[in-house]
Amino acid sequence: MPTIVVDVMPKAELLDPQGKAVSGALTRLGVQDFTGVRIGKRFELTVDGDVDDAVLAKVREIADEVLSNSVIEDVVGIEVVE
Amino acid sequence: MTARIGVITFPGSLDDRDAQRAVRIAGAEPVALWHGSHDLGGVDALVLPGGFSYGDYLRAGAIAALAPIMSEVKDAAAQGMPILGICNGFQMLVEAHLLPGGLIRNAHQQFIRRDQRLRVENADTAWTSDFATGQEIVIPLKNADGGYIADAETLARVEGEGLVAFRYVGVNPNGSLDDIAGLTNERGNVVGLMPHPEHAVEPGFGPDTDDAMRSGVDGLGFFSSAIAAAVHAAA
Repeated sequence: MPTIVVDVMPKAELLDPQGKAVSGALTRLGVQDFTGVRIGKRFELTVDGDVDDAVLAKVREIADEVLSNSVIEDVVGIEVVE
Repeated sequence: MTARIGVITFPGSLDDRDAQRAVRIAGAEPVALWHGSHDLGGVDALVLPGGFSYGDYLRAGAIAALAPIMSEVKDAAAQGMPILGICNGFQMLVEAHLLPGGLIRNAHQQFIRRDQRLRVENADTAWTSDFATGQEIVIPLKNADGGYIADAETLARVEGEGLVAFRYVGVNPNGSLDDIAGLTNERGNVVGLMPHPEHAVEPGFGPDTDDAMRSGVDGLGFFSSAIAAAVHAAA
């Protein structure tokens, strides 16, 4: 069954409190390899039939209008996986 | 006339009954409305109450902003009906693009509950006309996702056009940009804020004041302002 993955991230210029909290926890553990952590969302949309242009257009539409809020987030990826 | 103010209940609303009670104490008739209907019941004003609609899934207020009744709410907003979003209701209003910007998790990651001092920055709205611009009030604040954010262009517009309705005073409890606690739209009929005026309307149950414990009723002015706006619109 084809699956379409939509990735949404908080906008780069805005504070990401969740990522900041994880980053702080890593620092407390002594992990110093990473300069930052940001947390986003992954949506997996499944479809019965083929993923054609119409389906992809619909995915782009709901990714922009429902799955993300363009004020605070960006859709950073739409990918079809089998 | 007695103004009729609707309070919409969504799955996960918590403060709908408190908002109805505040409407009654302020002298209007509360009308219980349901998210799944398309009927505003002919009310004169609307309150979107606080709570955790849909468990804050997706984004706080995001799924409620797509509820059936929200199409009527948007029409009413465009026609100038006074609409107040409190906490989760404020989150719904920004998700429905009825107010600019967005609300994210508090900067310190904690749920917070405190009696919060605010400054009324715009007393020329349907929900603030009984206050004076610059007046300070104290009402309860309780939320997890109260950090107000907007891009630089939006923030400049919000500040430049006087759309900041309330600002936090003394403490910025959640990392909101420019200490913004609440907003109005350009027309002044749609107002949203994170703190809870409906919890400060009756002596014995409000914030502490210098006079007595729990005697704060600064929230009443929101509802009396809307009642005045409704009576004025009907006249």
